[in-house]
Amino acid sequence: MNQNLYQYILGIADNSLILGQRMGALTGHGPSLETDIACTNISLDLFGQVRSYYQYAAKIAGDKRTEDDIAMLRPEREYVNVLLVEQPDTDFAYTMARQFLFDIYHFLFLTELQKSKDLTLSAIANKSIKEVSYHQRFSSDWIKRLGDGTEESHKRMQTAIDDLWRYTDELFHQTEADKAMVAEGIGVDVTTLKDTYYEKVAEVLEASTLEVPESKYFQKGGKQGVHTEHMGYILAELQYMQRAYPNMEW
Amino acid sequence: MSEEQIRNLETQFEERIARDEKIEPKDWMPEKYRKTHIRQISQHAHSEVVGMLPEGNWITRAPSLRRKVALLAKVQDEAGHGLYLYSACETLGISRDELYEQLHSGKAKYSSIFNYPTVTWADMGAIGWLVDGAAIINQVPLCNTSFGPYARAMVRVCKEESFHQRQGYEIMIKLMNGTQEQKDMAQDALNRWWWPSLMMLGPTDAESVHTEQSMKWKLKRKSNDDLRQQFIDQTVPQAELIGLVIPDPDLKWNEERGSYDFGEINWDEFWQVVKGHGPMNKERMKARVGAWEGGEWVRDAAMAYSEKQQERKEKQSASLKKEVS
Repeated sequence: MNQNLYQYILGIADNSLILGQRMGALTGHGPSLETDIACTNISLDLFGQVRSYYQYAAKIAGDKRTEDDIAMLRPEREYVNVLLVEQPDTDFAYTMARQFLFDIYHFLFLTELQKSKDLTLSAIANKSIKEVSYHQRFSSDWIKRLGDGTEESHKRMQTAIDDLWRYTDELFHQTEADKAMVAEGIGVDVTTLKDTYYEKVAEVLEASTLEVPESKYFQKGGKQGVHTEHMGYILAELQYMQRAYPNMEW
Repeated sequence: MSEEQIRNLETQFEERIARDEKIEPKDWMPEKYRKTHIRQISQHAHSEVVGMLPEGNWITRAPSLRRKVALLAKVQDEAGHGLYLYSACETLGISRDELYEQLHSGKAKYSSIFNYPTVTWADMGAIGWLVDGAAIINQVPLCNTSFGPYARAMVRVCKEESFHQRQGYEIMIKLMNGTQEQKDMAQDALNRWWWPSLMMLGPTDAESVHTEQSMKWKLKRKSNDDLRQQFIDQTVPQAELIGLVIPDPDLKWNEERGSYDFGEINWDEFWQVVKGHGPMNKERMKARVGAWEGGEWVRDAAMAYSEKQQERKEKQSASLKKEVS
C-alpha cells in the first residue's frame, strides 16, 4: 500500500467529512427554508466527495477496510482535518465565515488538484470543483449580506471572521505525506496558494465593509491529528452507530 | 355584488369543479374555499417542515455514509415540499410570515405523528415506510384536487414520497436481514410507530368535521376510515414479508370483506397529542420558533443588504443618465 498516497487522500477527505457533518447538523434549523436547503446541499456535496475519496483510499489500502471504516472507526488522533472545519456553529455568521474561509481555499486547491498525475484524484477534483464553485459563491454572498447588512449582522460577522482567522494559516501547512505527494506530481503544493487565498479573502471582506484581521497568531495541529476540544463530540455522533453496533450492515 | 350574483357565481364555481376543471389563484372563489385551502395546504406545509426535525435528529448519527447522504437528501426534499406548498398557499393571498406566525402561535396544526421521538436508527426506516406510506395514501388522491397549484404540487410531492417510502422499507429489510440486535431494533420501531401511523389518517368518519365539504371540492376523495383500511391492507403483507409482526393482537384477515380487521385505536392518545400534549410537541415548537427567532437578524441583514444594493443601482443609473445628457 502506498502509505503516503493513502494519508494524502485522508488529508483532503477529512476536511469535507467534518465540515459536511457540521453543516448536516443544521438541517431543519436554518434561518429560512431557502438557506436551510442550501446548507443541506453543501453538506450533501461534501459527503459525496468524501465517499469518492474514501472509496479510493479503501482501494489503496487493499485490505477489508470500507469507506465507512475509514470515516467512522478511526481514533480521534488519526483524523487529519484542519481545525477550521471543526469549529462550532456559534451563530449563522460563524457558520458562513467557516464555510467561506474554507471554500476559498477549497476552490484554489481543487483547481490545482485537477492537474494531479493521479487520474482518480484529478477526476474527483474535476467533479467537485463545480460544486465548490457554487459553495464559494453562496458563502461569499452571505459574507457580503451580513457584513454590509445591519449594524448587528456586521458586528456578528466581524466577530466570526476575527475569531476564525487563527485557523486559516493551517490550510497552507504541509505534512510529510503532502510533501512526498507534491514531489511525485500527485499532490498540490498548498504553500503556493497562500498569497492568492489571502488576496481573495481580503477582496470579499473589503467588499463586505469588513476588516481584514491583522493578527499573526495562528493555531495548528489538525493535520497532525491534534484537534480542538470540539472534535471528540463531533466524532461521538459520527461514530455512534458503528461503535455501538460493530460489524453490522446498514 | 348582489346576493343573487354571488349565488350565481357559486353555482358556476361548483359546476366547474364537478366538470373536473382546475381552479386557479386568480379565479373567483367562495371565501370558504379560500380559507379551507389555506388551512389545509398550510397544515400540509407545516407538517413537511416540522417533519424535518425527527429525521434530522439522526443525520449526524447515520450508520453509514450512504445512509447519511440518503437521509440528508430526504430531509432536504421535505424542506422543498414545504417551500412549494407554502408558495401554493401564498397564491391564496396570505404571506409565508403569516403562515409561520400561525404555526408558532399554535393556531395552525401539523401532522401529529411528528410529535413522537426518534430514538433509534430503525425509526428512520419506520418513518419512511409507515409515515411516508400513510402520507402517500392521503396525498395521491390530491393530485386531482380542484385547486390547481395544490394539485400540481402534489404530483411532485407524491413522486418523491414514494421514493422515500421505498427507501424506508429498504432500511427495514436491511435490519431484518441483519443480527438479532438489528431485528429487535426494527420490531421495536414498528411497535412504536404502527399505531401513530394509523392515527395519522385522521379521526374516524363519525368524528371528522370537515369531510363532506372537502369531498365536494375534491380536497378529500375518500373517507379517513377508507384510507386507513387501505393503508393497513397494503402494509400488513409488507411487514409479514420481512418477518415483522404488527403489534395488534386483533389483526385478522377478513375473507368476506377482503380486508384486515384490526384492533381498537387509542383515540385518547390521538387527541392528547393533537391538543399539544404529545411526547415531543413542546420540543418541536421550540426548535421551529428557535430557528425563526434566531434567524431574524440574518433575514433582516439580507433585507437591508438588498435595499442598499437597490439604492446603489438607482444612484448609478441616475449618474449614468446625467453623464449621457
